[in-house]
Amino acid sequence: MSATATRPLSRITFYALLVLLTWVFVAPLLWMLSTSLKTDFDATRQPLSWLPRPFTTQAYVPLLTLGSETPVLRWFLNSIFTATANALLVVSTSVLAAYALARLEFPGRRVLFGLIVGTLFIPTFLFLIPNFLIVTRLGWLDSLWAVIVPGAGSAFGVFFMRQFFSTLPRELEEAALLDGANHWQIFYRVILPLSRPSIATLTVLAFLTNYNDFIWPVYVLFSPQSFTLPPGLAILQGAYTTHYPAIMAGGVIASIPAILLFVFAQRYVIEGVSRSGLKG
Amino acid sequence: MKTKAQTASIRHTGRATPYLFLAPYLLLFGTFVLLPALQGLWISLHDWDFLLPRRPWVGLRNYTTLFSPGSRDSGDFWQSMKATGLFTLFSVPPLVVVPLLVALLLNRQFPGRSFFRAVYFAPYVLGVAVVGLLWRFLLDPNIGLINHYLSATIPWTTALPWAWISLVGMTVWWTLGFNALIYLAGLQDIPRELYEAAKVDGATRSQQFLHVTLPGLKPVLLFVFTVTILNSANMFGQSFLVTQGAPGNETRTALMLIAETGLRDFRMGSAAAMSYVLALALLGVSALNFRLFRQEDS
Repeated sequence: MSATATRPLSRITFYALLVLLTWVFVAPLLWMLSTSLKTDFDATRQPLSWLPRPFTTQAYVPLLTLGSETPVLRWFLNSIFTATANALLVVSTSVLAAYALARLEFPGRRVLFGLIVGTLFIPTFLFLIPNFLIVTRLGWLDSLWAVIVPGAGSAFGVFFMRQFFSTLPRELEEAALLDGANHWQIFYRVILPLSRPSIATLTVLAFLTNYNDFIWPVYVLFSPQSFTLPPGLAILQGAYTTHYPAIMAGGVIASIPAILLFVFAQRYVIEGVSRSGLKG
Repeated sequence: MKTKAQTASIRHTGRATPYLFLAPYLLLFGTFVLLPALQGLWISLHDWDFLLPRRPWVGLRNYTTLFSPGSRDSGDFWQSMKATGLFTLFSVPPLVVVPLLVALLLNRQFPGRSFFRAVYFAPYVLGVAVVGLLWRFLLDPNIGLINHYLSATIPWTTALPWAWISLVGMTVWWTLGFNALIYLAGLQDIPRELYEAAKVDGATRSQQFLHVTLPGLKPVLLFVFTVTILNSANMFGQSFLVTQGAPGNETRTALMLIAETGLRDFRMGSAAAMSYVLALALLGVSALNFRLFRQEDS
């Protein structure tokens, strides 16, 4: 499949298809942005127009006011905080555990790894009810702890890092061990610096997973002050039934970190997804 | 037989070292993955009302109730299982086929290929909360962009079959990039020599596709197929946000009912039983998949 493969699909058809598809993917997002910059009247005025007449940022004002009934800014900060904390917890615990599982000998190593990988096949909704009870017992209901901690026992994180660590040559440790280094030093000085791309990928994936999780925060957070963005956006719709610019502004604010992170780490995310996907 | 490194590792680290590396992770894994996996089954065998002081043992009653017509939960449960099944049935074919076409398109060499790859993947990084909000607006019968372009007044979220078309359509838009990416990785792993050989043998483009591309993609197809089924069976946010289960309870998925029963009405025994029945159904579907794909091999 190379540049010569132009016969069944002429060059013009090919580019037309690409542009059409691009429009299908981009137009909804542009419409969200455009509507967020309109007045309520303009958002429903017929015929619909792509350009705001007039251009206004009024829809963002109540969302960015912390004391309002829909403090999207607060939910945004809560989300950034929980997703960052969760990603740090996932990455630090997975990296340590994966190092032991990939590079250290100890009894039960295979069984333990099998057990961890085995849980990857349990559908996540089975954890919903029991984890709700555990979080209740810990006194974490309606607090950000409930969104940060439970998802951090990530079997995927350990699996992902272990697969990477297993590809590193044994000679790395042998040399260091002969020089008198212990495993903590090897881990910190030899293995970690070599693992930066994998760690970056896992960080981004863990952040996005937590940032975008919907069902869990919707049911463990109740008061608007403790909401993260997903439950917040769900009630935004009810709060502004006819104020479409405000609802779309909420969507724009919530999209910014995910899109920015994606643009910034695009190569890592795409490669991480396609590689882990095939091996999963 | 011990290698030099292993002998040395015993000298330089204590026996506890591996467990110290593992401890923080195992604490989280044990508490929030391993323990709940077992506890769920235990809950499903009790009349576990979160709001009551006692949770009496009821054996399999939560399960038998689901299978007794006319009981409290069975009607709603099977309606929701039907909704989940229909969504899976409608969404899997386009989510398996369309991304493959997109991947074939993107597998050619052309300037800006990684840009287009990124654009098609972009919606996937957004959460269902944003996607649901956005599509609810796009599908609004009066002021939505979709009806505007169609010059129609289709009730996209409140009537059948439109509600299903909406839910499937927005899900394809949202997740197409993920499957396309997996296919793309698979396409790039097919050795180029196979195409060269096929060309020498006089195979046409469609013959090359049938005899080189498809067999080469087989493990990838199985993966995409299985993962897509599992994701469709987990559908929650789209229905919750866009159709709210409407019209009637037609688009209320099993996961929606499980969450409502367990986390809103706090009847956790029933909800846990429902989730095990759904999980078993999924296990059956996955087993069937693997068998089908393996049979074709022999």
